[in-house]
Amino acid sequence: MAPDKRISIDDAVAEVRDGMTVGIGGWGSRRKPMAIVRALARSSVRDLRVVSYGGPDVGILCRTGKVREVVYAFVSLDSIALEPHFRNARQSGAVTTMELDEGMFLLGLQAAAWRVPFLPTRVGLGSDVMRCNPGLRTVRSPYGDDELVAMPALELDVAFVHMHRGDRGGNGQYLNVDPYFDDLFCMAAARRFMSVERIVDTGDFAKEGPVQSLRINRLMTDGVIETPHGGHFTECVPDYGRDEAFQKEYAASAKSDEAWEAFRARYVDVTEAEYQQAVSR
Amino acid sequence: MTRDGAPTRAEVCAVAIAECFRGDGEILANPIGTIPMIGGRLAKATFGPELVMTDGEALLVENIVPVGVAQPDKVVAGWNPYRAMFDVVWSGRRHVIMGASQLDPFGNQNFAFIGDPASPKTQLLGMRGAPGNTINDKTSYWIPAHSPRVFVPEVSVVSGVGHDRAAALGDGGRFHRLVHVVTNLCVLDFAPPDHRMRLVSVHPGVTVDEVVAATGFELVIGDVGESRVPTDEELRLIREVIDPNGLGEQEVPS
Repeated sequence: MAPDKRISIDDAVAEVRDGMTVGIGGWGSRRKPMAIVRALARSSVRDLRVVSYGGPDVGILCRTGKVREVVYAFVSLDSIALEPHFRNARQSGAVTTMELDEGMFLLGLQAAAWRVPFLPTRVGLGSDVMRCNPGLRTVRSPYGDDELVAMPALELDVAFVHMHRGDRGGNGQYLNVDPYFDDLFCMAAARRFMSVERIVDTGDFAKEGPVQSLRINRLMTDGVIETPHGGHFTECVPDYGRDEAFQKEYAASAKSDEAWEAFRARYVDVTEAEYQQAVSR
Repeated sequence: MTRDGAPTRAEVCAVAIAECFRGDGEILANPIGTIPMIGGRLAKATFGPELVMTDGEALLVENIVPVGVAQPDKVVAGWNPYRAMFDVVWSGRRHVIMGASQLDPFGNQNFAFIGDPASPKTQLLGMRGAPGNTINDKTSYWIPAHSPRVFVPEVSVVSGVGHDRAAALGDGGRFHRLVHVVTNLCVLDFAPPDHRMRLVSVHPGVTVDEVVAATGFELVIGDVGESRVPTDEELRLIREVIDPNGLGEQEVPS
């Protein structure tokens, strides 16, 4: 019998402590664990090192002062190319960064998942990835003359991902066209929490999608949280698309402190239930 | 909707993009941006049926999908999520056309940020996939607004690797293949022996002097031709099949 790993959002967020490295799944403004991100934004935690194929998760956590460093290749809202809160945080020097290529980022997670200190790659050679990250090293092939970048493992203290369906045991299923790197985020982390749109009986996964959609298995998770509409306002098709109108409102909140405080009061400093009420327009 | 009349600048640009893929063979043609997508699909619809293309997301499609149409019919031939895309890129089976906020004479590209890495004056996209794309695969660039702000003597930070830096890597740069730059004014390449950017052709109605004035460094200028205009069949494909809503016109207005 599989264990019951159902927990609350607050239980999951309580595992995050100051200074931790936190990985967040999804991609840009797509299938982000936003209910958890909102709870993190409300918490007292700070000085986080956030590792993300970044979207509004990074922007909100930067704007609410949770972040020390962002490990990233991009931070985008997709339909709005540049994440405005992240931009402000960068341009004011409020956060430091590790500037990575999208593929180096994948290799860093993979190295952590496989418990090796680095993975070799050609990616980064010749570019200013090396200049921006003075700690990056190259390694010479023991089999020839190739010199390659040694992408260090991106070891995560905690990972948060959002899937469409999950069961009580912490198995997870995605139903959109791209799994992104959510399984790798889980594999790279010491503690792994998955929010899902809906918890179903294990035997009912087959009604939802093919076996290949079962991307997360319970070896990869420590807790599962049912958060209906929990990916809002990011894209979570086929359950729901991106809330473009809300995303515009979010982006506009970067224009001034007053605009942000109004947004924060209405959508951040509220419970998840109040948030869902506010956005069900 | 049908559009009549002489080829527009946007349509000339789309043809110039299509020409970037000529002779590429069975590779993933991955043009990013509106006119690049129109041009890439035009290549596949005409001289390059062997090109493999995506729907802009995780599917490989064999039919010519119109740009900017909400729910187009797709003949799905394959699955190419982001993770598989890295397999394609790192195995050298792609020709990408990217944008650039800055390009220097050797084709070093920046779209990451402008200014000090610790607190940039302007945060842009970040490195995205540019370091990996340029060191592994054929790469070209699309610049919809040719100006001295884009074509600069020195970029603020190198996201996409240019010819001088690839050459400095020696054997390590052996998969670097930076070929074309297409802009709203002209077509450029890196054919000179020292791989400095060269003006290949100007679009109809554009003078060499205009290009020189819009470029912040000295271009190699020899025999400059005129960019090819679309054939009647290419115009029909662009106007009726690939870009029925005229989105190219929004990117490069007449």
